[in-house]
Amino acid sequence: MTSWGIIQQSLPMFEKGFVLTLWLSFIGIIGSILVGLICSLLQYFKVPIFHQIATVYVEISRNTPLLIQLFFLYYAFPVIGIKFSAQLCGIIGLIFLGGSYMAEGFTGGFNGVSKGQLESGKAIGLSRWQLARYVVFPQGFSLSVPAMAANVIFLIKETSIFTVIAIPELTNTALDLIGMYYRSNEYLFVLVVAYAIILIPLSAILTLLEKRVRYGSFGN
Amino acid sequence: MDHSGISVLFEGTNFTRLLGGLWVTVKIAGVALILGLILGIVLGVLRTFKNRLLRLILRLYLEFFRIVPTVVLLFLFYYILPKQLNFNLPADQIATLVFALWVGAEMSDIVRGALISVPKHQRESGLAIGLNRYQLYRYVLIPQAITLEIPATINLATRVIKTTSLLMLISVMDVINIGQQIIEANNHTHPTGVFWVYGLIFLFYFLIDYPLSWWAKRLEKRRLERTNG
Repeated sequence: MTSWGIIQQSLPMFEKGFVLTLWLSFIGIIGSILVGLICSLLQYFKVPIFHQIATVYVEISRNTPLLIQLFFLYYAFPVIGIKFSAQLCGIIGLIFLGGSYMAEGFTGGFNGVSKGQLESGKAIGLSRWQLARYVVFPQGFSLSVPAMAANVIFLIKETSIFTVIAIPELTNTALDLIGMYYRSNEYLFVLVVAYAIILIPLSAILTLLEKRVRYGSFGN
Repeated sequence: MDHSGISVLFEGTNFTRLLGGLWVTVKIAGVALILGLILGIVLGVLRTFKNRLLRLILRLYLEFFRIVPTVVLLFLFYYILPKQLNFNLPADQIATLVFALWVGAEMSDIVRGALISVPKHQRESGLAIGLNRYQLYRYVLIPQAITLEIPATINLATRVIKTTSLLMLISVMDVINIGQQIIEANNHTHPTGVFWVYGLIFLFYFLIDYPLSWWAKRLEKRRLERTNG
């Protein structure tokens, strides 16, 4: 069979993997942003105990690979009686990993707000909460957009690691097909194109977004 | 919970085998980093040149390595090098090659960013005292760029170390692969061994990466303090 025929035949399967990759990434990214936001706020307000917990979580999650986190969730947790489906493990793992990256991004944004702004805020008599609400957060969030954009791309690429716990996303689909039919060139080609279809437009959109946000914060 | 599972780690040669696997992991990451850094510095310098075609090609190279997930890169090289180009390498060398090219791509962007952020008057002063292009880069731009790029480079190193966890996918005998063998061999006698083996590997990665990312953070913080006055 010609290469083109092989590719055409495999497209329905890749389509399923494509949808699953998008879906898992979407949930993972939303979850990561929420977890990251909570952690960075706990750290910003130095909430006793919780802010130490958040710091420990961020360091553990940021300094270990997703693959081992997934293995732990999928293979080791059942031993102590906690069992999730593969997809749920994937989502939990991605949020566990992404949460710390997002938290670092937000914290970086908050810290990036210039000292002059903080001092001006204090000088006009803003309370700690008002300072956070009206000075630090609006500027901090727009400063953290580039980090967030980079994390979104990163997390989508990380879903390719889900293949190790046999979640039928894009990479797993390609590896399965290669295992069955030994047409590695064709399937890898489709795989690369599929990731390009997701990531090229997305990174273009995110770059645009970054520019707009930067205009908003510094274009006065 | 059955605590005897922990004894799996110390039975026979298990612990030394795991350390051996860790050494394979560290070696691949180390060699790839060194090669990638050299490649990245050269490419980063080339990307600040005016030649449009050269810049376009290098940009495409960077974007390719950025868009394709590392798992896929590993499989691309693993399947296509031997088949299409008749280029047979053992899996660990393929992995080193892929990581080096990937580090080179990321590094070229870091180096380029650092080079163009060296203040303009430095370049102009260099040219004014009659330095040629080589001298300008060698004595003025690169030394200043390097201090700017160190935190980003350390962060890249932590990423590379974390990404070596993927080596097991192309059947390199790294720490995770050996861990799996130990788990399988002891599954009947120590059903909770899986918890301890993966726990130990988790700890290994943390112990390598945490000091590095702590160092990068500290350098970055100092630099910010210096620039903010």
